Amino acid sequence: MAKKLNMRKRYELLTRGLGWEPTYQPKEKVFPQESYEGIKIVDWDKWEDPFRLTAEAYWKYQAEKDKKLYAIIDSFAQNNGHLNLTNASYINALKIFIQGVSPLEYGAHRGFANLARQFSGEGAQIACQMQSIDELRHVQTQIHTLSHYNKHFTGLHDPFHMHDRVWYLSVPKSYFDDARSAGPFEFMTSISFAFEYILTNLLFVPFMSGAAHNGDMATVTFGFSAQSDESRHMTLGLEIIKFIVEQHEDNLEIVQGWIDKHFWRAYRVLGLVSAMQDYMLPDSPMSWKEAWDIYFVDNCGALFKDLGRYGLRMPKFHEQATAEAEHLSHQIYFTLYQFSHAAAFQTEIPSKEKMDWLSEKYPNTFDKYYRPRWEMYAEMEKQGKRYFNAGLPQLCQVCQVPMCFTEISKGKPLDLSYRLSEYNGDKFHTCTDACKAIFDHEPEKYSHAWLPVHQIFQGNCGGEEISDVLKFYHFNPEDSGEYKGSADDISWRAAHGENNDIEESA
Amino acid sequence: MTIKTNYGAYPLGNKDAVENFNGNQLVYFAWDDHLGLGTAFAFPFPPEMPFAALKGEVLPNVCGAHPDFEKIVWSTATWILDGENFIPDESKNLIENGIGHKSLLRLKTPGLTGYKGSGS
Repeated sequence: MAKKLNMRKRYELLTRGLGWEPTYQPKEKVFPQESYEGIKIVDWDKWEDPFRLTAEAYWKYQAEKDKKLYAIIDSFAQNNGHLNLTNASYINALKIFIQGVSPLEYGAHRGFANLARQFSGEGAQIACQMQSIDELRHVQTQIHTLSHYNKHFTGLHDPFHMHDRVWYLSVPKSYFDDARSAGPFEFMTSISFAFEYILTNLLFVPFMSGAAHNGDMATVTFGFSAQSDESRHMTLGLEIIKFIVEQHEDNLEIVQGWIDKHFWRAYRVLGLVSAMQDYMLPDSPMSWKEAWDIYFVDNCGALFKDLGRYGLRMPKFHEQATAEAEHLSHQIYFTLYQFSHAAAFQTEIPSKEKMDWLSEKYPNTFDKYYRPRWEMYAEMEKQGKRYFNAGLPQLCQVCQVPMCFTEISKGKPLDLSYRLSEYNGDKFHTCTDACKAIFDHEPEKYSHAWLPVHQIFQGNCGGEEISDVLKFYHFNPEDSGEYKGSADDISWRAAHGENNDIEESA
Repeated sequence: MTIKTNYGAYPLGNKDAVENFNGNQLVYFAWDDHLGLGTAFAFPFPPEMPFAALKGEVLPNVCGAHPDFEKIVWSTATWILDGENFIPDESKNLIENGIGHKSLLRLKTPGLTGYKGSGS
């Protein structure tokens, strides 16, 4: 019997020894997507996967993690772990997660499966296959973990159906669709580098530390279970960027353009996370602004200093994102607050303690610009007129976020920011210079955008009334609206032996 | 810049062409200095809708919840259409007023700057 090979040797045989040069068909026809984006790969053998995982090691490792995860999920369910949360309002963060993020994991699964087929280098094929399977495992573990909450709380019952239709979910969906409908190298730059390398901490830290701070051990566990995969994906994201840029000098400008675009696209998606982090977590581990300063300004600043020797620079418009950091979560959460009659989560005016926390974390902006708005809404609520927007919002043609952003970079944080492009005789509205630049670069693509508000007006979303649209979204009546007095609030109070008199608790 | 494609020309299309709105056109509206009402609104309006109906029926419905709304002195209010100052003829309809598909109409109300002057 042959001697057992070491892992490195096995990896080399798998990723270099299994490839072949096609002879029945020219290589360009076998890998038809590899060259049209203009990226030039001279030598795929220069590709080094820093982890050198073989299938055998991969399965063993993942099976062990799954075993642990499912043991914890089981015990969480048996012990009614959901009753140990800080408050049921915390579940609203999980609703955003499973409706907005889990379907992205599935999108990533499909995207990486495509890359595994489209890249001609065997090393890259293997790495993309592994990541594709990781992503599928993530979406499964997330669904299994959160299914326990689905037995007790609203809004968690049909996230994939919602993801494809609902207005606020078109923000993450359209970003991933944008990446997945691009070529393989652009997809890789977008998802592996801009999203998973540059911004992933800003997504996972608030959700996972947020879960820990709010007693959600089930979510913490799937977070940990995914974490070692995520660090592999991050490393891959960085390696691919270096690899592409080193392969040919013509690649640099193309890749920098993609970094600029997809940094902004992914950052706009994280606007939802900022609102979740600052407002929806009853106990928030850190503010969006603090997280931005650490994970973007400091960490990414250092990263791009290193990448400078490859000729890469910080993504365009990063200054604007940093300027927005003291405003973003407030502007987004106000939007969610006033449209939550059409959302599958509930919102409420922050408590006095929360407002003081926001003042402390946002000393330059909260009391000056945002506290008065909460006071106005509180007054309206006191008069029995809880504010829900009576119309539908104008959406940005690119990021699809309601046009709630203001001219912060111009020093006018109270002026809504509007940008306009003309294309093929029609007007296209965007929210910022960054989204306008993305539109103007590829107007052919963004003029096809499925904007949820316009689709409602075209009659493609179940009917004319909001109630028709909510049925089309598969929402139940108790999913939406004000948190105080909601089904989740009432059942939580009942389970904790609290008085259900809303007046008293408000 | 033209989009790069692998399989022939990129298909041209416009999801929000005016023909797709069943006889209506899109109009966006915002009331400056009143961010408490939220973002700019989007509406599907018949092009022949009189401007007076927009002002007299639509705006009270979507802006009426704001405490400043009943304080508006309409004779001093000004309008901006697609970035330009604009004086509407209220007896005429949207198209006659130059309000086209995807126009953005903004209202300014001097002296009224939101809840307790906060811009909200």
